[in-house]
Formats: sequence, structure tokens, C-alpha cells
Amino acid sequence: MTIGRRDFIKVLSAGTLLAAGAEKALARPPAELSPDAVGILYDATLCIGCKSCEVACKRINEMPDEHGTPLEIEHGVSGIWDSGNDLNSKTLNKIKVYSDGTGKNKDQVKDGYSFVKRACMHCIDPDCVSACPPSALQKEKKSGVVTWNEDACIGCRYCQIACPFNIPKFEFDNPFPKIVKCELCMHVQEKGGIPGCCEFCPTGASLSGNVSDLLVEAKRRMALKEGDEYQYPLHSLDSGEVQIRPAKDYVQHIYGEKETGGTQYLLLSGVPFEKLGLPDLPDFAMSAKSETMQHALYKGLIAPIALLGGFSYMAYKNTKDEGGDDE
Amino acid sequence: MSEFKPIGGKIITKPFIFLGILAIIAIYLIGKRFVFGIGAVTNLSDGYPWGMWIVYDVVTGTAIGCGGYAMAVLIYLFNKGKYHPLIRSAMLTSALGYSMAGLAIFLDVGRYYQLYTPFLPGYANVNSILWEVSICMASYSLILWIEFSPTILEKLKANGLLRIVRKCLFFFIGMGILLPTMHQSSLGSVLIIAGHKVSPLWQTMFLPLLFLISAIVLGFGAVIVESMISAVSFNRKLETPMLAKLSGIVPWLLGLFLVIRFADLLYRGQIGLMFQGFMGFMFITESLLFIIPMVVLLSPARRSQPNTLLIAGLCTVFAGVIYRFNAYLVGFHPAPGWHYFPSVQEIMVTVGIIAIEVLAYLVFVKLFPVLPTPKKKYA
Amino acid sequence: MGERLKQLQEKHLFKDIKEQLTNRGVDRREFLKFCTLITATAGLPFGMVEKVAAAVESPQRPPVIWLHFQECTGCTESLLRATHPTVEGLVLDTISLDYSETLLAAAGHQAEKAMWDSIEANKGKFILVVEGSIPAKDGGIYCKVAGKTPQETLREVAPHAAAAIAIGSCASWGGVQSSGINPTGATGLKEILDMEKIDLPVINLPGCPASPYNLLSTVLYYLTLKKLPELDDKNRPLFAYGRLIHDNCERRPHFDAGRFAHQFGDENHRQGYCLYKLGCKGPETWANCPSILYCDVGSGSWPVGTGHPCFGCSEEGVGFTKAIHEQAEVLSVTPSEGVPGIIEDRGAGMTGTAAAVAGTVVGAIVGAGAVLSRKVKDMPEEDMEG
Repeated sequence: MTIGRRDFIKVLSAGTLLAAGAEKALARPPAELSPDAVGILYDATLCIGCKSCEVACKRINEMPDEHGTPLEIEHGVSGIWDSGNDLNSKTLNKIKVYSDGTGKNKDQVKDGYSFVKRACMHCIDPDCVSACPPSALQKEKKSGVVTWNEDACIGCRYCQIACPFNIPKFEFDNPFPKIVKCELCMHVQEKGGIPGCCEFCPTGASLSGNVSDLLVEAKRRMALKEGDEYQYPLHSLDSGEVQIRPAKDYVQHIYGEKETGGTQYLLLSGVPFEKLGLPDLPDFAMSAKSETMQHALYKGLIAPIALLGGFSYMAYKNTKDEGGDDE
Repeated sequence: MSEFKPIGGKIITKPFIFLGILAIIAIYLIGKRFVFGIGAVTNLSDGYPWGMWIVYDVVTGTAIGCGGYAMAVLIYLFNKGKYHPLIRSAMLTSALGYSMAGLAIFLDVGRYYQLYTPFLPGYANVNSILWEVSICMASYSLILWIEFSPTILEKLKANGLLRIVRKCLFFFIGMGILLPTMHQSSLGSVLIIAGHKVSPLWQTMFLPLLFLISAIVLGFGAVIVESMISAVSFNRKLETPMLAKLSGIVPWLLGLFLVIRFADLLYRGQIGLMFQGFMGFMFITESLLFIIPMVVLLSPARRSQPNTLLIAGLCTVFAGVIYRFNAYLVGFHPAPGWHYFPSVQEIMVTVGIIAIEVLAYLVFVKLFPVLPTPKKKYA
Repeated sequence: MGERLKQLQEKHLFKDIKEQLTNRGVDRREFLKFCTLITATAGLPFGMVEKVAAAVESPQRPPVIWLHFQECTGCTESLLRATHPTVEGLVLDTISLDYSETLLAAAGHQAEKAMWDSIEANKGKFILVVEGSIPAKDGGIYCKVAGKTPQETLREVAPHAAAAIAIGSCASWGGVQSSGINPTGATGLKEILDMEKIDLPVINLPGCPASPYNLLSTVLYYLTLKKLPELDDKNRPLFAYGRLIHDNCERRPHFDAGRFAHQFGDENHRQGYCLYKLGCKGPETWANCPSILYCDVGSGSWPVGTGHPCFGCSEEGVGFTKAIHEQAEVLSVTPSEGVPGIIEDRGAGMTGTAAAVAGTVVGAIVGAGAVLSRKVKDMPEEDMEG
């Protein structure tokens, strides 16, 4: 029966065309930044690597101490400051250092060093939210914070695959594991406070505020010339506390302004961002691409139902002559 | 005389015992996983959250279990009734394959006690490709057993139920062709969201199509290999003539896969990567595993020779396996500094799950009318 | 009158150290303890203690001319306030302090004559100690001693000195008078000597006031080893100014743990936490205050120890320049062990066993395939139905 073969080839070619065209046509529109979105501006030129933010984060979020860290193995000491070498299921934010050569010049590439603070970027168009099968990861409408719901999560770890920054961490050593990541201290913010890292940062490197306002602040800083005296706000944009210090030479780019469709955690730096381990990402989230593909193929379940009808019909036709199917 | 017949024979044989031991080791390790957590048994980490269990047991295992899908397409869409004798063993392999994949998923997800949540309306996320995969796979596993049920019902002589099932079977066959088309292709789409973390040699918008085609050829390859192994194991005649005819479509599908693969790489300007480093080496290995069976199976003479047919079938299966391993693991680089290789325990669980599947297959073909009745030669 | 002074000096200042020690009730053990302290401060190995003791005891007493310019006399006063007056006074006796406006009993022309007599007698051998900055503006008229500007005095005195010590921040780089618009053009000794084209090695011992122990160590180093200690690029002895206060501070663990005082008197301040947020300049000030403390009052007797942030008194560009509450630049990086690098090894890689097991499984499959393919070649086949 040649109809069957033709139909099969038709489906195959339709699939090919759809796959090729999905990139351009029917693009799922990118998500928008909420006007009340809360975020953090991290300025690496201000960061002195004191790790006060790490300590405060652990305390405020009641995260357990770590063991088996390199420091503990080598010197037998452990404590709240001696956490491991990356974010993990016990650490929600991490200070890392880039260093080159003698590592003596702050915020410079050659023979220089710079700190970077890694934590959840609270993307405007989060890949983890798009990926999560039971919608355990959700983006709050108003604040834009990406949160995790333990009642929904099945622990499939697709969010770990999807996140371009490898942020969600998993409790592999726990028979009842959780997904762990920064949630911008929502429990503190709900009571009118600010994220712990910002509250405790002594130099204003971690600054909390409304994302649109933080972008304005970041642009103002980038326009400064090296050595210009500037009033750097501490803790939050509206805290009233400032520190006057000379500005450093900024890389002319705000990381997170556009990357993966924009993030609510923004970074400024004196050294190129790839030196700090921040990946080079396009201006759109990959979830936009995968959702476009998915919607193109399955929108309204039209194609599947049509195909089901076709397949069932053909199966029926090809078996009814034999008096009901004999499989 | 019925078309199918249980082959009988001793259940407890030497192979059975050997497989049983592997299964018991796996069951012990599975127990360890539930008591101490996934990290106690596997080398999975935050950089490599998906390893052997997901990539082999689920992604590859279900593709190998596409024999039923491939046969259903041939027999019921293209009306090749002459392949009918192969359908039950293909369905059994598929049903067992998907069931074992389901077991692997149950082991691999961290919060298995909430595995029902994606099925609930308040939680289901239709934007997630993995959600679609899980719903489709779960339904398809059920459909496969329904498609296989006539075999069981025949043995149990439950004729009333058997009649009902046979009347509705066309619908289940339709579902049984739709669902794998959806989720086997989606198993490819799943990787799209990982973006730059998947090497450009494997990351493409054509992933769903490539995964679908390779799943179909994997299914055919599995049917060929499984048929031959059965014949050898149970001392039956080879079904070479049927398999030879069946495998005629395979080189075309392999060719289609290769054309799309290389055209896509050229279009994206990434063809140079195939000569670079370990990634390049794995890409070439994978491509060769597609090219070799394509060349072998193009010739009808070689298709009719059981040994070349078997080698080609094995290559096809390996091709699909390596392609999936490459896309999900070898080509997956979350960030510099991350390493992963399955632990011994992790491998033994996978091996044990395969052993359980083979054990179940052996029991089924001996007790139930799965394999075709050997034909008597008329004088 | 000058003659009488000289007679008095020779009469009342014993030449024999042993006699002096006994007379002042200082036993040998206490004396050696002092020498050990000096040796340690100077960064010399302990084996040198005996040598330092010998130098102190030696009858040879290098003459010192101590000049004061724009200063508060704090440096001299600190020296005098050292808590072991017996031994400190002793050291003052081991150097022949021939001229010091603070300590001299005489005044006026007699005092000046004493100075010129000493210079005449010790040409090329005396040590010039300068306390206080020199006003560079208007020829130095803002500071006149005995009717002469500092520049005039230096032109006459400095060429005959063997070496110079600029004690205190004022003499080192201008100090508090150089703050703000610096109306007098207050400048350190070295710069003035360079301007006057007087070639003289200068050791800077900045601090406000300078630590008396640093001075004593420098002098005794010179006496013992007959050479100047190793200096940094600002002519400061490395043994005292080679490390940042931040790297030596007893509150450093609090900095590293993010425990800061936020306001004077708050709970954290009472706990003795790090004062970085209150403007401590320890991270950009080179000095040894946390080690040698100040004037033997007891433990914690230095600014940070008492709960006030360091203001960088010894550091040009920091002390009297930056606001006390202004946050310091941290010049040193926390050790790398405490902060991970951008790329670290993570995850579990391949072990030998795992590779072996995986290899066995794959090998078994491939082997089985080969065996099977050979077997099927000779097996009978089913006929196919049409």
C-alpha cells in the first residue's frame, strides 16, 4: 500500500522543515523584566575577597557547615568560612579569585587578580523554570526571584542541565535530596530586609536594589574614568550609606544586561568577564529556542492528534481484513 | 496451528544463574542507593547530574526498545504482513526495555516519592520537553504491555478479554506509533536548552530529527540482533530471509541520518571540529558506525548472509548507542574543570538492569507464545 | 661654660657598662632579655644576641646629633616613655647623645656650642637624627632654630655626618604639617637633602610617633654589624616596615570571617571584631605595630588593639591624607587556599577499576558479537512465506 510510505515520507519531511524553520519562524517571545524586579549589582572592583557575604549567607539561610574541604584536608581546620571550592548543596554563594602571574595588581589582567561572586543569576527568562517538568522552579511575578518548591520537585536534575551558569545544586549525599540555590533571601526581603550578602558586604561590592535602578547605577559607574572619586552606595541603593573612593577602569559591559535574555544579578568588573568564569552567552535564553521547537511541533496537540488518527486508521485498515487483529 | 508458541525448556539454566547473580548485585546496590542517596552509588555530580543511568538505561535503553515501534510501523503502516512473525518478540523486547527504563528513572530521580507530580494538572509544565518525554514514555510503557497482552491472554486462555483487546488494538497500535515518534525525537530536543554546554558537534536544532531517525534504525538493528541471538540460544532456525528483506530500509535511513548530520555541520560551519581532539575522535567513531552498516546493508547479497547481517545489525545498534552517549555525556561540558566517569557500582546497576531484562525475556519466551512456531517442511 | 659642661659629662657618664648595670640594679638576665628583644625586632637571627649585647657593652659610643624641626617632639617623648627606663636610659648612654634640644640641660648659645664642638670632634663619624619636617617654602623661614632655617643648619651639619635617621613621619615624608594644602611646604629629610644636593644615607623610621624600639633596633643593628639594615624603596628598614599591618593583625581572622564592627560601641565592636568598615588603614599601611605594640604598656597596646582603626600614621598618602573613616585599599590578596580559583577540579573522574569494568563489559559484548557471527554462518534458516 503505497499511501502508507508516502505519508511516512511526508511526516519526515515536514519534521525536517519544521526543525529548520523553528529557529526563525514562530519564535517564542522573550520574557520581560518586571518593573518591581529585585536584584543585586556586584562590582568586582570593590570586592576585597573578605567572604563576609559567604559567611552571612550561610548563617541567614541556615546552611550546614562543609567538611572535606581542601583546607580541612590539609590543615585539619573547618568552620563556617572554610567552605569548598564551588557552589554546592551547602553553599549558596561563592567568592572565587582570578589570578595571573604574580597576582599583585587588583582588577588587572596581567600579573593581576580579581574576585568574583557566583550565585543564582535570577534570569529574566530562566532556563531552569522552562525545563522543570513539575514546575518546581518558578519565577515570582513581582520580584522576579526564582524559587524552588520542595512539594513538586521530583529530583530529575534537568534544571542542572538547563542552567547556563550551572547554579542549581543537588544533595547527592542525601536519600531525600533537595535542589539548592540562592533565593535572594526571600524570607528576609518579605520582612523588609535586603539579601544577606548585600547587608554584610563592607565595601558595597554587593548592592541590592530594583534592577532597573541598578542598571542605571552600573552605567554611571562604567562612564567614570579611572581615578574619578565616586560615592559608592553600601548595602542597598537607598541605604544612605556611601563610601567615597576612586573608581577603577571598568570593562565597558554589564554582565547580565543582555546575556541569556537578561539576568537580575548584574556584574561589573575590571577584567574581562570570561576570565572570571562567566560564559559568553547570546542575547536570548536557550529556553526560547527549545520552547519554540516544542510549540511548533505540538501546539494545541493538532499534529499529534492528526497523526494518531492517521496511524490508527491505517492500523485498522491493515488488520481488519484478517478478521480483527491477531498480533 | 497457532502462529506463535512458547519454546518451553528449563527455566533455571547456566545463563539464567549468571544473569541472576548480576541482577542480585544490582538489587543490593539499588537498596544502597535508596538508603544512602544517589551519591553513595554513583559518580554523579552537580556538573554531571546525568550519567550512565539516564544516558544508557533511559535514553539508549528505550531507543534499543524501539524494535516494537519499528516493527509496528513496517507491519501496520506499510502493511508488510510478512514480518508479522517477528512482532511479538519485538513487542516483548520493547515492553521489557521500557519497563526497565522506567525502573532506572525511579532509581535516578532524587525524589522518587513525588514522581507523580508531573502528572498533576497544577504542576505539569507543558513548556518542558522533559515533561513531554516523561508523559509519553509512561503512557507508551502501558501501551506496549497492552500491545503485548494478546500473548499473555492467549496463554492464560482469557478469550473474552482477548477478543476485546483485539477489537481495540488498532487504536493502541496507532498510539504505539505516535508516542515513540514524539518522545524519541524529544529525547533529542531535551539537549537544546543546554545551549553552549553541549559541544557544537552535537548541539543543533536538528537534534529531534536525528534522534528519531537513529531510534528507528536502532530499533531495526535490535530486532535483527535479538532475533539472531534467540535463534542461537534456543537452537532454532535463523530468520535470515525475513530479516534480510526487513533490513532493506535500514541503509536508507542510515544514509538520511548521515546526510542531515553532515549538512547541518557544514551549514553551521563546525565541520572542522571533527578533526580536533577527543571530541573529533568520538565523532568520527560514531560516524563510522553509521557508515559501515549502511555500506554493508546496501548489497542484498550481504543482507542475506547471516554473519554480515548480524555485524551490520550490531554496528547499527552501537551507532545509536554511541550517538546518544556522545550527545549527552562525551560532548557535554558544563564548565572547565568538571569530570565524570561512571563508578563501578553505577556500571553494575546498569549491567544488572540489563540482566533482569534478559532474564525476563528468557522466562517469557519459554512460558508464553512469543516466538513464531517453527515451520515444518512439506515434502 | 662649654668647658664646664664637658667636664660634667665626662664625670657623670661612666664608660664602663658593667659598672653602670650594677649601679642601676639591672642584672645580666634582664639585660640579655632586652638585647634579645632588640635582636628580634631587627629581624636578626638569635645567634646574634651575644653580638648585640657586646655592641651595647662596648666602650665605643658613637656620637649622635639630634635635630628638631617642625615637630611635636612626640618621637623623643615616646623614647623616653619606654617602660624599662633603666635599660632605655642605658642605651642613651651607649650612644653619646651630644645634642638634643629636649634633653639638653643647657640652653641658648651654650647648647649650640656643645653641638658644634661635638661635630668638630666627630667629623664623619656621628649619626644625625632628625625629628620633624623641614619647610621647603620661602626658604624655610617657618622654622628657625638659633636664628637659622633648617636648610641652613643642615647645610652646615649634614655633610659631616656618617648617616642620618629621619625619625617619625614628619622627618620621613612631611607628616601632619604636610596635610591638606601644606602651607609651609613641609617635606621629609631625604627630599630636602636631595634638593640641597647633600649626599648622605638616610634611614626613614616613619610613624606618629615612631616606635622607639624600631629606633633602638636600627641603632644597635648598625653598632653590631657596622652597616645599615636592609631598606625598602622608601628607605625604611624592612625588618620593621616589610609587612602590612593587615597581614600581622590579631583581628585578621575576623576580617577573613566577615566579622566587622559597624559603629563605635556596637555589639561587634565590643566583641573586638575587625575595624575595616570603620576605616582601618591596616590593609595599606606598612609597619610592625601589631608585633611590637607600643611602649610596653601591655598586650593590645596599639590602636587597633584598643578598638580604634589604624589611620596609617606612618604611610605617606594614607596618614593625614585619607579621612579616618575612609575605607582602605586592600593591598594584599587573601591566601589562595581560602579563595578557590575560577577553574577547579570537580566531579569524579575515571578510576582504574571503573575503566576496567566498563572495558570488560564492552569487550564482552564485542567478543560475543564476533563469536555469534561466526556461529550463525553455518546455521539453518527458516523459509519465508511469500
